[in-house]
Amino acid sequence: METTTPSRLEKVLADGHKAVTSECGPPRGSDPEVIMKKGEMLREYVDAINVTDNQTSVTRLCSLAAGIRLKQMGLEPVLQMVTRDRNRIALQSDILGAASFDIHNILCLSGDHQSFGDCPQGQNVHDLDSMHLLMCVRQMRDEAKFLGGGDIERPPRMFIGAAENPFAQPYAIRGRRLAKKVAAGAQFIQTQCIYNVPRFIEWMHELADMGVTERVYILAGVTPLKSVGMAKYMKNRVPGMDVPDDIVARMSGVPKDRQAAEGITICVETIERLKEVPGVAGFHIMAIEWEEMVPEIARRAGLTPRPKVA
Amino acid sequence: MIVARKKPLDELWDMVRGFKKVLVFGCNTCVAVCHEGGNKEAEILASLLRMRAAQEGVDVEIRNGGIERQCEHEFFASAEAEIAWADLILSTACGIGVQFIVKRYPMATAYPALDTTFLGDVERHGVFTESCQACGRCVLHLTAGICPMSRCAKRLLNGPCGGSNKGKCEISKDLDCAWHLIVERLSALGRLDDYDKILPCRDWSTDRAGGPRKLVHEDA
Repeated sequence: METTTPSRLEKVLADGHKAVTSECGPPRGSDPEVIMKKGEMLREYVDAINVTDNQTSVTRLCSLAAGIRLKQMGLEPVLQMVTRDRNRIALQSDILGAASFDIHNILCLSGDHQSFGDCPQGQNVHDLDSMHLLMCVRQMRDEAKFLGGGDIERPPRMFIGAAENPFAQPYAIRGRRLAKKVAAGAQFIQTQCIYNVPRFIEWMHELADMGVTERVYILAGVTPLKSVGMAKYMKNRVPGMDVPDDIVARMSGVPKDRQAAEGITICVETIERLKEVPGVAGFHIMAIEWEEMVPEIARRAGLTPRPKVA
Repeated sequence: MIVARKKPLDELWDMVRGFKKVLVFGCNTCVAVCHEGGNKEAEILASLLRMRAAQEGVDVEIRNGGIERQCEHEFFASAEAEIAWADLILSTACGIGVQFIVKRYPMATAYPALDTTFLGDVERHGVFTESCQACGRCVLHLTAGICPMSRCAKRLLNGPCGGSNKGKCEISKDLDCAWHLIVERLSALGRLDDYDKILPCRDWSTDRAGGPRKLVHEDA
């Protein structure tokens, strides 16, 4: 595929490399060092770094400010934006703000429901849905027009991404839903954490049959498990997560002090298996509050060094 | 219909205790169907408040009454005398009824005995389910007759979010995922291709966003 933006992530993918992205969760406070430290840790091991937007609806330092920090460090942020908290005026405004700092990647999401977070009594917005946000960014970029029709001077140049969960039901529309996102403007997809590899492969086959994998880069999401407790929590408590029993059994089969290491090994093995799946264009390594493990995972999975792109 | 729920008795007693002549005033349409605010419920609430007044030795006369609908002028004729008597009308109508009384009787004090909760259907006896948000621009013909505005926690217009789990919404295992229902129904009807169409950004100007709404018929 030809490149459409100055995004480094897009170039890596267009050159045919398996891309690697990871994520930084901004802090529950205003200390910039937190985000800078996480970013520095990932510098040599990933092509771009997602900055999460008040994930699980817990109030944090905003993704835009944290993304600017990373950009100013010479790193490549992927600005995550949810439609839960902002209407179309605020979303377009923040997109321009990001563009003014030459942030070249965006991930368009609807966001977890606010009942999961620290403000369950708050209002949600959902003026747009994630599909609409994709269309909005594409229109701003390709037509230099606001949703309201007005012209944009120096339009944003953003490589546009979306998330997809191959494990959520109804399965009947999982492929169709992604195709819809691609039609709306998604150029890359970062998936929900993959533990159920057979189901993921089934979904990729469906996408290939629909011809979707030729039109979008799929980055397979992986998250290392820290403990059997985390495996069970992900299995039973996190919406839309599919952790098969054999993964839980494998984690509980090792002593507590070796479970973290086992989790890393499972993660590395998953990446190795996914590398062989046609259509997988890269990996999104989400080490939740465990970013320091990303270098080891990337190294052991043979994803280093990262390619240099012009 | 409009579904409502009675406020806690302690809260109602706090509203009432400072008045001398209280009329608990029922509305015998929507809120009677959900057994919260009909004339019968107004009668029960009045006796509960009388008992409370007796227990606490508070000097207040509490009567009960009611009409068919508190949102239309023509139903008020039979109640003029009791409304004139009261120095507080504790209305067991929805919020529309309370405001209509205030508009009709500018010097009256009318307080709400109910919390108006939603527009819904009677799923089965005693179970009421929200099914319309009065958004002003119906999309049911595009969504297999199931409303994502009122039945999806995120009002999504283009399919389930990633939190949809085994047919249930991410916020509660007791809540059906509206988009799961829509997809199932489209599949059953052989119309799944409808799902592939992207529904464009909503025009919310017909919703609350456009300010208070008014409908004026030509012959009005």
